[in-house]
Amino acid sequence: MDYYNEMYSGTKVREPYARLSEWVETMPADFRQMKQAEAEDLFRRIGITFAVYGEGGDPDRLIPFDMMPRVFDQNEWRRLERGIKQRARALNAFLRDVYGRGEIIRAGRIPGRLVYQNEAYEKAVVGVVPPRGVYSHIIGIDLVRTGKDEFFVLEDNCRTPSGVSYMLENREIMMRMFPQLFRQNRIEPVDQYPELLRRTLESVAPPKCKERPTCVILTPGHFNSAYYEHSFLANLMGVELVEGQDLFVDGEFVYMRTTQGPKRVDVIYRRIDDPYLDPLCFRPDSMLGVPGLMDVYRSGGVSICSAPGAGVADDKAIYTFVPDMVRFYLGEEPILKNVQTWTLWKEDDYKHVMANLPDLVVKEVHGSGGYGMLVGPKSTKEEIEVFRKKIEANPGNYIAQPTLALSTTPTFVDEGIAPRHVDLRPFCLCGDRIELVPGGLTRVALKEGSLVVNSSQGGGVKDTWVLSE
Amino acid sequence: MLSRTAANLFWMGRHLERADTAARLLDVGQRITLMPNTETGYQNEWNSLLQAAGTTDLFAQKYGDSTEENIQEFIFFDRDNPSSVAACLEKARESGRIVRTALTSQVWDALNLAYQELRKMERRQRSKLDAAALTDFTTSATSTVRGAINATQLRNDGWHFMNLGYGLERADATARLLDVKYYVLLPRIEFVGSGLDTYQWQVILRALSAHRAYHWAYGGDITAGRVADFLILNGESPRSLLTSLYEAVWNLEGLSRRYGDGVSSTARDKARETLAALQARDIDMIFDEGLHEFLSWFIGEIGAISTLVHEDYLLGGA
Repeated sequence: MDYYNEMYSGTKVREPYARLSEWVETMPADFRQMKQAEAEDLFRRIGITFAVYGEGGDPDRLIPFDMMPRVFDQNEWRRLERGIKQRARALNAFLRDVYGRGEIIRAGRIPGRLVYQNEAYEKAVVGVVPPRGVYSHIIGIDLVRTGKDEFFVLEDNCRTPSGVSYMLENREIMMRMFPQLFRQNRIEPVDQYPELLRRTLESVAPPKCKERPTCVILTPGHFNSAYYEHSFLANLMGVELVEGQDLFVDGEFVYMRTTQGPKRVDVIYRRIDDPYLDPLCFRPDSMLGVPGLMDVYRSGGVSICSAPGAGVADDKAIYTFVPDMVRFYLGEEPILKNVQTWTLWKEDDYKHVMANLPDLVVKEVHGSGGYGMLVGPKSTKEEIEVFRKKIEANPGNYIAQPTLALSTTPTFVDEGIAPRHVDLRPFCLCGDRIELVPGGLTRVALKEGSLVVNSSQGGGVKDTWVLSE
Repeated sequence: MLSRTAANLFWMGRHLERADTAARLLDVGQRITLMPNTETGYQNEWNSLLQAAGTTDLFAQKYGDSTEENIQEFIFFDRDNPSSVAACLEKARESGRIVRTALTSQVWDALNLAYQELRKMERRQRSKLDAAALTDFTTSATSTVRGAINATQLRNDGWHFMNLGYGLERADATARLLDVKYYVLLPRIEFVGSGLDTYQWQVILRALSAHRAYHWAYGGDITAGRVADFLILNGESPRSLLTSLYEAVWNLEGLSRRYGDGVSSTARDKARETLAALQARDIDMIFDEGLHEFLSWFIGEIGAISTLVHEDYLLGGA
């Protein structure tokens, strides 16, 4: 397969990478090893130790950091940005609709079964419209590139996408280690993100909040693999990082326990999943949430970001319909493409997929993090047959996609510099405005030839640059 | 401030100080065994250490024999012993990790480095580590954190909670160290005033890094009365019961001032009362009362103040 190399066009270095290329060429021999050690030391000391997509595992594990940045020019970025914002608008419109009148279903554009019987669909919030009609406030859209102008959306993460602390820390560390690179290149900053996030949260304060809203981040606790990110964001936003035990409901409001007694909380940026939010409403055995929280939410006493039930928009089965959502709600043509997807509960798709398993990527509808998937071209016959049995047992649980020719960017590896496959997760904020910082988290598959960028599968991260004019 | 944040800052302070105490206890024990044997032998002295730390039963269940190696393992490395250096440092670091947002990066750095260093020591062969090295590591690691706190933390309520933890723990620890002396002396009361007695008091001073300070304060001979006075009632002595309690009161007053009348301050009232009771005594009264009896009373008072701190601030008024 031919892969698009983001740095080279034939043998010529593409313009956005020009200065970076000079930098690499003039680099002294042992410079790289030295800097790599320095970077790791910095990461370890700061304590950035978590699995990017909540994959669990050793909480003190470091994710490999690659010092070769990935570069986008203005034009590339502006187009991505428009596409992401468009998608974010459509996803929120979809959520408003399916918790309201369900027009897209009545219009026959999406089968009602996929929505109303979806695990992530929360009947408990039907008819409850969150402030400004925003359900998903932080959307992490995973993208891959296959050609100069070819970008595909892999996944829309509408619940609690993580990894943004990596975007910020990677930049921080790059700036500390290579100031000259930042002087030579005009790189758009990303460090306004925490400020934008705070403004976004404040802009969706509940109706009963009359003063400046008090925002908090709700974490499952310090054993969670993304705890570092939670505390990092709380720190930069200047808000409290709370656990369920710190909050309680009294009458119409939610309060946090402080040394000076109860303090009202207006907006909760939760980093725990729906089923754990409120033991009175969802899982009764959960200790992570706050008893009575949902009642306060429904009566407009508190905002929850993302709103309970937002997950129904980022399901892999719903994913196939996002371009339709863009057309249906916005009357626009989608700027970003979906990856062609076969849904195995459809007879024709099923037949096609079963006949072509060795060429396809098959994923569980609810799976995440590179688990429970089959990468046909990289699998043995035995592995394919084992997976075939799993699909036969429950076809509705799977979707399939063609193997994409993921673009590569130059990456430092043991042997020197080599192309490795990458994806991209920018973070889109939806409040009174829809905003996006120029950049995102680039994940890189460090193993030669690997297309799987998950950190659990040997993936690393790198800084993502957007060059200004 | 979140009650949980305050609780973690409070306990971070306590655990750091507790780690320090454990290391110093080990040092006391080590030095005491170096002196000429009493007839019951050195095992008795090691046991006195455990008694003072309140961990005799736990140790007996797990190790049986109180050999030096066992005691060292138990007091320094054993995670099953909640007062061991390793357990305390780990808990302090865990508290710090939970309240990362309330710590300066320098404090976190110092705390984290101490923990990484501990992990390295844990992997080393025990026979290659002597008690002095363990004590030195601990006192220097905890001092570095302490220094970072003093140099970089904002003097706000969080600061008061951290230092309150330090103060109460230190008061408790000095009392317990003094109690070691009591247990050591218990079997042979006729040693009082002998050379051996003096040696033991010296050991305690050394363990508290207070040997030089003692001479500055009193000059000349080391006597039971003076050392006890130094460690209990001397307001210039940095680890004395009086100084430690005074610091606790000062921090509690800081909190009360900040928070105003809306927040109950029973802990401050109780601490003031204990301080006044302490100030009303002189060293002769304490010896008449019985050193051990006095120390038991004092340790009980510190426990009561801690409970009230919890009730005043750490429950969050729900």
